[in-house]
Amino acid sequence: MSEAIIDQKNAIEVRNLQFYYGGFHALKSVNLDIIERKVTAFIGPSGCGKSTLLRTLNRMYSLYPGQRAEGTISFYGQNILEPKQDLNLLRARIGMLFQKPTPFPMSIYDNIAFGVKLYEKLSRSEMDERVQWALSKAALWNEVKDKLKQSGLSLSGGQQQRLCIARSVAVKPSVLLLDEPTASLDPISTGKIEELVHELKKDYTIAIVTHNMQQAARCSDYTAYMYLGELMEYGATEQIFFKPKRTETEDYITGRFG
Amino acid sequence: MLFNQSLYNARRRKNAAIMAFSMLASVIGLSILLWILYVLFSNGFYALDWAMFTEDTPAPGTPGGGLRNAIVGSLLMVGFAVLISTPIGILAGIYLAEFGDANKTASVTRFVNEIMLSAPSVVLGLFVFAVVVMSMGNFSGYAGTVALALIAIPVVIKTTENMMRMIPGSLREAAFALGAPHWKVALSVVLRGARAGVITGVMLALARISGETAPLLFTALNNQFFTLDMNGPMANLPVWIYHMAMSPFDNWNELAWGGALLITLTVLAINITARIVFRERVGV
Repeated sequence: MSEAIIDQKNAIEVRNLQFYYGGFHALKSVNLDIIERKVTAFIGPSGCGKSTLLRTLNRMYSLYPGQRAEGTISFYGQNILEPKQDLNLLRARIGMLFQKPTPFPMSIYDNIAFGVKLYEKLSRSEMDERVQWALSKAALWNEVKDKLKQSGLSLSGGQQQRLCIARSVAVKPSVLLLDEPTASLDPISTGKIEELVHELKKDYTIAIVTHNMQQAARCSDYTAYMYLGELMEYGATEQIFFKPKRTETEDYITGRFG
Repeated sequence: MLFNQSLYNARRRKNAAIMAFSMLASVIGLSILLWILYVLFSNGFYALDWAMFTEDTPAPGTPGGGLRNAIVGSLLMVGFAVLISTPIGILAGIYLAEFGDANKTASVTRFVNEIMLSAPSVVLGLFVFAVVVMSMGNFSGYAGTVALALIAIPVVIKTTENMMRMIPGSLREAAFALGAPHWKVALSVVLRGARAGVITGVMLALARISGETAPLLFTALNNQFFTLDMNGPMANLPVWIYHMAMSPFDNWNELAWGGALLITLTVLAINITARIVFRERVGV
């Protein structure tokens, strides 16, 4: 890793992580830090394991039998790979956004309130405040403030994705995992969401998987380059993109393959 | 561009032929449906008057009369059957959809359900006769309700499971990603999204059991008089229609047509209402 930054804390520390889809060894001995309130991007060609890695961080893979992980992932000192880890509580503290916007089949207000109601008891006015706060954080409040009762499905693609961001942010997690959040959006919506990421990192730790190298270069503070399940290189984004240490990284960055 | 005129023409002719056949098939199907409705209407319309709803089934040979006891009996039995089968069917469907993938119990349940779906209703009626009627010692509206419920439950289970499986996995994951426990994901997100389809399944079950005759033959039997006591033989529309249609009496035949038309119109009305109400709620 590059320059040791003393003041910054690791939100998540991945040590010697192995991941298996059945018999297939998908992640090989990954060691990585996700630094608090910074954006860490995972880049690499298709099938390199970046989404797999992201999905270990909130134990999403545990929904599917046959997928398992070995090693340690420390979330503020707590190993989340332990069997007795409360998965639901973990996921309330590490939120996730998906490639395709996934609004729930309910009103915009209820979409936001859903996650909040799971773990907090708020009065009607407190909930209203929280909903407004979350939608403002997602830069969606002005567009939907008059139609909170309308279905979440009535919004455009870019708006739906911002609704999902608002929904994730409303529960006030520590970490946000974004799995190719702009892959299915037009350039204008993509730009809005990248701006949002920039704003959100002031309060949240963010890990983002992206196919788009320019996006990683624009948005992130740290970048991890993955290839065939291995972490090839990890460091400050500037260093990865301008002075990569490994030839494999340089090949990918310069587009020689992938 | 390389262009073969005869190939192009052959393709256009084939296209036109298939379109024509498809349309012909739809027209045939639709017209048979309309024909049935027309025959029902033309024969049964005149029987649809106040008397049908206020008077009981007439004794053989006596003029006039109505279908009040049969209507009330059917309403009670179908109503209770739906009341019983809906929660059981929906909950079982949810179980199969959400928890039923790597599970032996689930695959056995699904298999048995498929068999029940295609079991002849007369067989189910005989089963309820042997189990309920024999042990109670008498025919009853309760036995009729049980028989109808046994027919309705597999329908509700199947449609509920199918509709819930149609909800994409990404929606489930999104709910899990917020820290929701599995039951909450299943009920508040997946079932909510599948709501319209699940209700339609219940409507289908309702429509199916409204006209079932065989299972009622050995369970509720039939009753010439009006009664609200479900602990004895109960009048019901399908058996009365059967009875009256086969008879030589004119007023009975007319009432039979009226009854048949009534069942058809009711089921039609329920279906249309369900579609209207639930289309608006989904809000897409």
